[in-house]
Amino acid sequence: MKKRYLLVLPALALLASCKPEISDKIDSGTYYPGNADFSTYVAVGNSLTAGFMDGTVYRSGQANSFPSILARQFEVVGGGQFTQPSFDKDINDVGGLLFGGAVNPGFKTKMIINMSTGGPENIKGQSTLEATEQQKKAYHNAGVPGAKTFHLLSAGYGNPANLALGKANPYFVRTATSENVTVLEDALSLSPTFFSNWIGANDVLSYATSGGEGVDQNEKGGLNPGDYGANDITHVGVFQDVYGKITNALTANGAKGVVATIPDVTAIPYFTTVPYNPLTPELIGVDKIDQLNGLIGMLKQILAKGGQGDRLQMISKEAANPLLIQDKSLADMSALLEMGIKQAVDAGLFPIKLEPAQIKLIAVSFGQARHATAKDLMLLTSKAEIGASLAQSTGNATIDAMLKKGVTFPIGDEFVLNSVEQEKVKNATTQFNLIIKQIAAEKGLAVADMNDILNKAVSGLRVEDGQIYTADYFKGMGNLNTVMFSLDGVHLNQRGYAFIAAEILRVINRHYDAKIPLVNPAVYPGPTLLPNN
Amino acid sequence: MVKKFISLSLLSLISYSAFAGGYRVAMQGNKQLAMGHTGVAVVNGAESVFFNPAATVYLKDKWNFSAGMNVLVADTKFQNETYGWENETRNVGTPIYAYGTYKATDWLTVGLAIYSPYGSAVDWDRDWQGAHLVNNIDLKAFYFQPTVAIKVSDRFSFGGGPIFVNGGVTFNKNISRSMVDEHGNKTDVTIEAKNVTAWGWTAGYMFNFDDHLRVGMNYRSKIIMKESDGKAKFYDVPGFGEGMFQNGRIKAQMPLPAEFSVGVSYEWNKWLFAFDYNRTFWKIYDALVIDFVNSPLGTSVNPRNYKDSSTYRLGAQYTVNDQLSLRAGWYYDESPVQDGYFAPETPRNDSRAYTGGLTYKFKNGLGIDLVFSYLHFSDTNNSYDYFQEDGQNVSFGGTYRSAVTSGGIGVSYSF
Repeated sequence: MKKRYLLVLPALALLASCKPEISDKIDSGTYYPGNADFSTYVAVGNSLTAGFMDGTVYRSGQANSFPSILARQFEVVGGGQFTQPSFDKDINDVGGLLFGGAVNPGFKTKMIINMSTGGPENIKGQSTLEATEQQKKAYHNAGVPGAKTFHLLSAGYGNPANLALGKANPYFVRTATSENVTVLEDALSLSPTFFSNWIGANDVLSYATSGGEGVDQNEKGGLNPGDYGANDITHVGVFQDVYGKITNALTANGAKGVVATIPDVTAIPYFTTVPYNPLTPELIGVDKIDQLNGLIGMLKQILAKGGQGDRLQMISKEAANPLLIQDKSLADMSALLEMGIKQAVDAGLFPIKLEPAQIKLIAVSFGQARHATAKDLMLLTSKAEIGASLAQSTGNATIDAMLKKGVTFPIGDEFVLNSVEQEKVKNATTQFNLIIKQIAAEKGLAVADMNDILNKAVSGLRVEDGQIYTADYFKGMGNLNTVMFSLDGVHLNQRGYAFIAAEILRVINRHYDAKIPLVNPAVYPGPTLLPNN
Repeated sequence: MVKKFISLSLLSLISYSAFAGGYRVAMQGNKQLAMGHTGVAVVNGAESVFFNPAATVYLKDKWNFSAGMNVLVADTKFQNETYGWENETRNVGTPIYAYGTYKATDWLTVGLAIYSPYGSAVDWDRDWQGAHLVNNIDLKAFYFQPTVAIKVSDRFSFGGGPIFVNGGVTFNKNISRSMVDEHGNKTDVTIEAKNVTAWGWTAGYMFNFDDHLRVGMNYRSKIIMKESDGKAKFYDVPGFGEGMFQNGRIKAQMPLPAEFSVGVSYEWNKWLFAFDYNRTFWKIYDALVIDFVNSPLGTSVNPRNYKDSSTYRLGAQYTVNDQLSLRAGWYYDESPVQDGYFAPETPRNDSRAYTGGLTYKFKNGLGIDLVFSYLHFSDTNNSYDYFQEDGQNVSFGGTYRSAVTSGGIGVSYSF
C-alpha cells in the first residue's frame, strides 16, 4: 500500500510545476494616462484622420486609421469606446462612392498593384457605398476626407442639397447629424476629454497635388473661403483665424489633446517618386536620338530668335535625359514657333511634309514647353504620361509615331510642380505650421510634428525594433514590408498610420507624462498586391 | 515511512533536474538525474552506458537493465513593455531512456543504450508577436548506442561505441511580420524533416584511485543531422505570392553538438558524492540554413551564433537500507545563446537546477527509480536581432522568464 504512494510522485511533480512570474510583470500600474484623460477621445481632421488610403476610404483600411489605432492603445489607460463612420456597407471592401447609384470618377475604388501589369490600378470591383445614404450620427473619428480648416466650421458642408453646388462633402454628408451642422459641432457633441487635430494639409496640398492649378490666396488677398476654388492655397490670415477658433472650441471644456503639423511636399512620394530625368538613352532608343535631335535643334533655333533657346536641350546618348514639360509661367512662344516651323517646312528642311494644322499643334504645344530640371517635382500621376502617345491623332501616322509625351511632346503643367509653385507651397506650409505650433503652445497642447518626422523619413527613420521606415513609394519586393505610403502616394497605408500613431503616442507620453504602450508598424498591412485585376 | 515521505517531499520541493541550454535535454537516467545528472565517475547501474561506458565493466551483476521516462513541463513567459505585449507558452516533453549491459567476461562488458538527449518543443500562440521567428517547433533525436567496455585492471577501464541517430524536426513560422492572404490570415511555412539519420561515437575511461575515489571522462561526438529531402509547406499564401511560395523540397542541417564530461565520485559508508563538469561544443551551431530547392526563395540563413557552454553538476546519494536509496543534486547550466541571438524557439537562459529522487527496490529485485526536478531561470531581457526584413536586421525581444519542472519514473533490474 505504501509503495503505491511512490507512483504519485511524478504526478505530484507536474502539479507542483508553478508557472514562472516575470518580476517586473506588466500589471495595472505599468501604464498610466499621466495628466490627460482619455475616456472620450475624438479625432478631428481630414483624410489622414479618416483612414483614407489608396485613393479612397475602404472598410478594412479604415479599421486601421491612425485614430482607431490610437484608441486601441488608449484603452489600456482608461480610453472608452471609439466609433468611426460605418463602412459596413462596403461589402466588397473596395471603397469608392456612388452618387445615386452612379459611379463617379472623383471617387474611384481603392488602388492595388496588379502583378500581371506591375502597375498601381483601381481595383475592378463594384463600389457599394452610397454618398447620399445618411447615417446622421456623430462619430469619434470626425475626420472628413478633403476637408480644409475652414470646412470644419462650414455650415451646410454636410447638406446633400449642396453636393451639386460643390459646397458639401459627400463623406460628411454621410454622417452629418443635420443639414446645417458643422463638422466641429458634431465632433464636440461627443464631449471629448482628449482630442487629436490634424487639419490643414488640404489648405496647401490640394494646390500642390493639382500641379499648382489653383490660386495662392495669399497673393490674391482672398479672405473669404467661400470664394476659394478647390485647389487654392488658403490665406494665412484665414488659416490663423479658423485654426484658432477650432482649437478654442476643442479645448473649451478643458479637453487636452495633440495637434499635428502639415508635411512638406518634399516628404510625400506623390511628389518625389517620378524623377525629372527618367529618359535613359535606351528608353528613348539610341538609334532614334539623332533624328529627334534634328527636330529639337530646329525648335531650339527658332526659340533662340526669341531669346528662349535654352528652354530645350539636345538629347544625350550617354546620360539620362530630362522630361519635356509644359510650364504655364513661361512666355508663350507659339506664334514665333508656328512661323519658324512653317519656314522650315517650306524650305524643305523638315524631313516630312506638315499640314498647317499640324504645324499649329506643334507650335502651340511647344509654346510654353521646356525641359524639366532638378528643381521640378514631377507628380506621381505623370508616370502614366511618360512615353504616351497623344490622345488624338494628328492625321499623320509618322508624326503620331514621333510625338511621345515627355520626349517630343510636353507633359501638361498639371503634372508638374515647378519651382515657382513649390515656393508658394513651401511658404504656406511653413506659415501654417508656425500657426499650429504657436496656438498649440498657447493652449499647452502636445504637438506631433509630422512635417519634421516625415522630412526625417525621407532619408529613413529608425524605430525601436531597428527597422528603418522611409517616405518612399512602393518599390516592389524591396520595400514590401516597410512601405508606409499607400498607392495614392499622398496618404499613408495601414502600416504608415501605425507609424504615425506610434509617433503620436511618443509625443503624448512625453507631453502628458503618460505611459501608453506603443504600436509596432511592422505587423500592419502594406499595399494590396493582386495577381491580376 | 510517513516521516520519510515528508522529508522526501521537502527534498523534492527544493531539488529537481532537467533541461540544459539550447535544445539539449539532460534527462538520461532517473537515478543520475536525481543526483544532478552527474554520472561520468559513478558506477550505479545500467545508466552508465550513457554517462560513461567505461564504468559498465565495474558493475557487479552480469545483467543490468534500466529504463524510464520523464514528463517535463516547460513554461516560458514573455513580455515587452514598450508595446505592452504579453505571451506565454507551456510545453510538455517526455524524454525516455533504456539501457542494458551484459558482462561477457570478467574484463569485457557490452551494452546498449537508447536515449533522447536532444529535443525541443515550443508552441507559441499562432501569430503571436514573435511568429515571424517561430510559431512552433518540435525537435526530437533518438540515440541508439551499442558499447563495449574493457577492464584493463581494477583501477582502469575504457569503453565506447558508435552512435546511430534518428531524428526529425517540424518547424512553423510566419513568412514575415505583415504578409497575409486575401482573407487576412498570416502567411506561414512549415519545414519538416523526418527520419533523418546520422552516425557518431562515444568513448570514455574510468580510473579508480581506491575503493572510494573514482574519476571518469567521457566524450560524445558531434553529429550533424543532414536532411536533403525535407519538405516545405506554405499556408495562407496570397495570390500574388503563389509563384514564390511553392510547396517543395528543402535541404537543411542541424548540429547535435559534441559533449565532453569529466567527473569525480567518492563513496563513503552509505554516501555517494559526485561532481561532473560538462562542456558542450555548441559553437558549431552558427546558423540554421534552409535551402529551398528549385525555389525562387533560394537559401534562408538564420544566424544562431551559439557559444560553447559549461555545466557544473553536484549530486549525492544516501543508501538507507537494501530497499531504499535517496538522492539529491544541483547543477548550474550555462546557456549557449549569446546576447542578440535569443530566439523564442529556445527561450531559455542560464539556469540552476534542483533535483531529488529515490530508488525503492522490491523484494524480487526490481527497483523503481523516481525523480523530480526543477529548473530555475532568472528574468532575462534579451532579443533576436537578426531577422531580415527588406534588407534590414530587425530585433524581436523583451523579458523572458522560464521554469521547467519534471517528474520521472523508471525501473532498474540487475541479476
